[in-house]
Amino acid sequence: MFGKLSLDAVPYHEPIIMGTLAIIVLGGIAVLAAITRYGKWGYLWKEWFTSVDHKRIGVMYIIMALVMLLRGFADAIMMRLQQALASNDAAGYLPPHHYDQIFTAHGVIMIFFMAMPFIIGLMNIIVPLQIGARDVAYPFLNSLSFWLSAVGVILIMLSMFVGDFAATGWLAYPPLSELGYSPTVGVDYYIWALQISGLGTTLTGINFIVTILRMRAPGMSLMQMPVFTWTALVANVLIVAAFPVLTATLALLTADRYLDMHFFTNELGGNAMMYINLIWVWGHPEVYILILPCFGAFSEIISTFSGKPLFGYKSMVYATVSIGVLSFMVWLHHFFTMGSGANVNAFFGIMTMIISVPTGVKLFNWLFTMYRGRIRFTAPVYWTIGFMVTFVIGGVTGVLMAVPAADFVLHNSLFLIAHFHNVIIGGVVFGCIAAMNFWFPKAFGFTLNEKLGKASFWCWLVGFYLAFMPVYVLGFKGMTRRMNHYANPEWHPYLVVAFIGAVVIMAGIALTVLQLAVSIKDRKKNLDLTGDPWGGRTLEWSTSSPPPFYNFAHVPKITSLEHYWDEKESGKAAQVGRYEDIHMPRNTGAGVIIAGFGFLLTFGLVWHIWWLAIIGLAGMIGTFIARSYDRDVDYYVSAKEVERIESAHFTQMKEVA
Amino acid sequence: MSKHLITSAMRALGAGAVVLLGGCSMEVLSPKGDIGEQERTLILIALGLMMLVAVPVIILTLVFAWRYRASNTKATYAPKWAHSTAIEVVVWAIPAIIVTILAVLAWRTSHSLDPYKPLESQAKPVHVEVVAMDWKWLFIYPDYGVATVNELAFPTDVPVNFSITSDSVMNSFFIPQLGSQIYAMTGMTTKLHLIAREPGTYAGLSANYSGAGFSDMHFKAIATSEQGFADWIKQAKAAPQSLTAEVYQALSKPSEKTPVTYYANVPATLFDDIVNKYMAAPHEEGAAMHEGMHMSADHTMSADGMHMAGMPMSTTEKAKASE
Repeated sequence: MFGKLSLDAVPYHEPIIMGTLAIIVLGGIAVLAAITRYGKWGYLWKEWFTSVDHKRIGVMYIIMALVMLLRGFADAIMMRLQQALASNDAAGYLPPHHYDQIFTAHGVIMIFFMAMPFIIGLMNIIVPLQIGARDVAYPFLNSLSFWLSAVGVILIMLSMFVGDFAATGWLAYPPLSELGYSPTVGVDYYIWALQISGLGTTLTGINFIVTILRMRAPGMSLMQMPVFTWTALVANVLIVAAFPVLTATLALLTADRYLDMHFFTNELGGNAMMYINLIWVWGHPEVYILILPCFGAFSEIISTFSGKPLFGYKSMVYATVSIGVLSFMVWLHHFFTMGSGANVNAFFGIMTMIISVPTGVKLFNWLFTMYRGRIRFTAPVYWTIGFMVTFVIGGVTGVLMAVPAADFVLHNSLFLIAHFHNVIIGGVVFGCIAAMNFWFPKAFGFTLNEKLGKASFWCWLVGFYLAFMPVYVLGFKGMTRRMNHYANPEWHPYLVVAFIGAVVIMAGIALTVLQLAVSIKDRKKNLDLTGDPWGGRTLEWSTSSPPPFYNFAHVPKITSLEHYWDEKESGKAAQVGRYEDIHMPRNTGAGVIIAGFGFLLTFGLVWHIWWLAIIGLAGMIGTFIARSYDRDVDYYVSAKEVERIESAHFTQMKEVA
Repeated sequence: MSKHLITSAMRALGAGAVVLLGGCSMEVLSPKGDIGEQERTLILIALGLMMLVAVPVIILTLVFAWRYRASNTKATYAPKWAHSTAIEVVVWAIPAIIVTILAVLAWRTSHSLDPYKPLESQAKPVHVEVVAMDWKWLFIYPDYGVATVNELAFPTDVPVNFSITSDSVMNSFFIPQLGSQIYAMTGMTTKLHLIAREPGTYAGLSANYSGAGFSDMHFKAIATSEQGFADWIKQAKAAPQSLTAEVYQALSKPSEKTPVTYYANVPATLFDDIVNKYMAAPHEEGAAMHEGMHMSADHTMSADGMHMAGMPMSTTEKAKASE
């Protein structure tokens, strides 16, 4: 009846897990009770859960990312503590069974459920506003994408309390991830969490490519798109090209585990090397999916606060596109040590180095954007300069490992760990938080507390260097990744420093949370009434903060790269014309319902509860069909209503002036 | 002459960077053999080359940020300046030049330090067959008919030719102070050639996570004199037990912190049997497909077999190509 699921699946005997469960259950009850108490269920359902508004979906993505940042970081600091304790072959406090799940979950969560939702959330909020669109091309699909990702999050959180999670490393290399070596449901949770959220990501990719290519304001040529939109376009092309590979690879692994196939086991001629190649064919573009939009955000920030257009816009676009293309030709650098020949290794090594050329160009372009500027040192600028310095170091160590013969001694060492945290924290995390500080007033109508934002930055920066510079050294000292305990006492002091670094980063995260809380509390003091708090240069700053749900009362006619800036310069920005009815999509609960059935499907598959899986699949398809017969999917906002909303905004702006 | 000067300068720069990094003893940067030595030099040269760009960029970032701060009204402000062909050419050219130099370096060292390439030496190499198991390392010395668990010995100044496989999941065979690592994979043989120049006991480990007992999957690699090696072999020969099929069966069960064990005798075909255990017998259906897929005729995943990504060169051709 319940497949593999029984009450034994709950790890009662693990005090750490049960403690976490208690906190989550109590916290959850408190939140649910508060929502009920204040009667907000209807509001949440009508205004948020069923919303197809790209801005609200973006906000939900980012909230999800921030929550998962907390979970992923909890995993990180537990690992750091374990390694700081487990010197001289001491056991530490985490047995391998638990520790191995934690490092797997940390990687999976940070990449798939922290970084990806954050990036997709940013693209959701900003891209339509930057191109003068009123929503994305497929608003319902956008809602569905979000809820499918949310199911992935639910599955991965649930795996902690019901059953277990994969203990394979974040890419689940076979044969370790095969049934013979990982017989529990851990890898199945991994597979289905990634499959269902990956489906959402692929749909997002399609959605944004169409949005950017088809829905730009009239007159906006491709070479007049803001750089953030360009990076988003390339990132989404990468999503559409790379994620199906992940889906297919995981499907083959699923066939191995569920149908006794042998794609990646040695029986009947299978071969694990195929999996490792395939997963990195997705995995390498994935890191560019994450970093490119961050490059875009840094570009917008540095240009805005330097009071200058971005230096070398065309170079920037060419660099972005060439990084996108090259990202598909470097995957083998993740396993030079597999025994490919010298020619193959050298080819992939050199392709990897070539990527550092356009990346280097980007850094120079940011430098020359600051050159002869008037830099206002706001929190986003702190993050940007911190990024520029830190990312150079990450780039250097990355290119070093792209030299195959150097990688032969650095592969899988803590040097590698330090390298990719250097680029992912220094690039993606700094980028996401910079972007959050920069665009927050646009999304919510008030700015974030600057002082706490800068304090958070310093903690992150110092914490990062404390946590990862010793880790680089440990790589040179011959320490490999994923060790639960170790005999060499010389490694110990470095790991203690790394742990202290993690504690400093924790302070940085706490300060970000505090920054959000204080800013929300003091929002009346920090209101952004003009819609343009920073002296912005791109279209999103031309509308009010937060923008009306239709974004723009008049779709602008674009005449130049920095259209909005030029209009401000010539005093044309605030001109009012006659209002017209606006065509908008209607909210729908179909996304939530399909994702709900999706949860039943994937949960049923994880535990081999076939009837539940069938109900889930039938429900998903049935709801989708029902939705496609729904003809009431859009409506018109009357010109009168638009006029009312717009004049309220103009009155506000006049008051400020 | 000038080339030599540049190389020395690079090394000095790289070494400086390393001193800044910690100045302590670092195994990978204090190698005890030729391969590790060359890899260390390579790392330092590559780091030094990149520092030529990286250091100025970091300094310029901080200088520009400070100089063009909004409160410094004395600095030039060019609010419309956003393009300069000269600068653009320079910023594309500088990384391109560095990468070109690095690319040449990468190409050459990929060939000269190819783990599959036998080392040139007057001495007759020692052959070791390595099997990664859950969670220990088995070393077979086919020329001496002995085997050991979690301890490896070889004479200094003599090339060691490793043939490596796994009887479990994927691992990576790595002795940091001697240089390169290579994956150990089930059903395949990978090859690695190392040489030690200084006697000593070096840490060896698996550098690829392989399950719950992974952290204890390390071994001692003893580089010793010819005499010391002969004594070590003698000691193994005197071991009370042999690695018979039954003993191997028991050994292949997952175990952690397995103590060092010697086996006086080992079947000559054990390693090949482990590699080939998933091969169907020739008369069975599907065998031909296996042969065609990735197994070369001598039943090992030889260098040629691995060069399947479009380069089916024979070993001799390959040696020529790398010259």
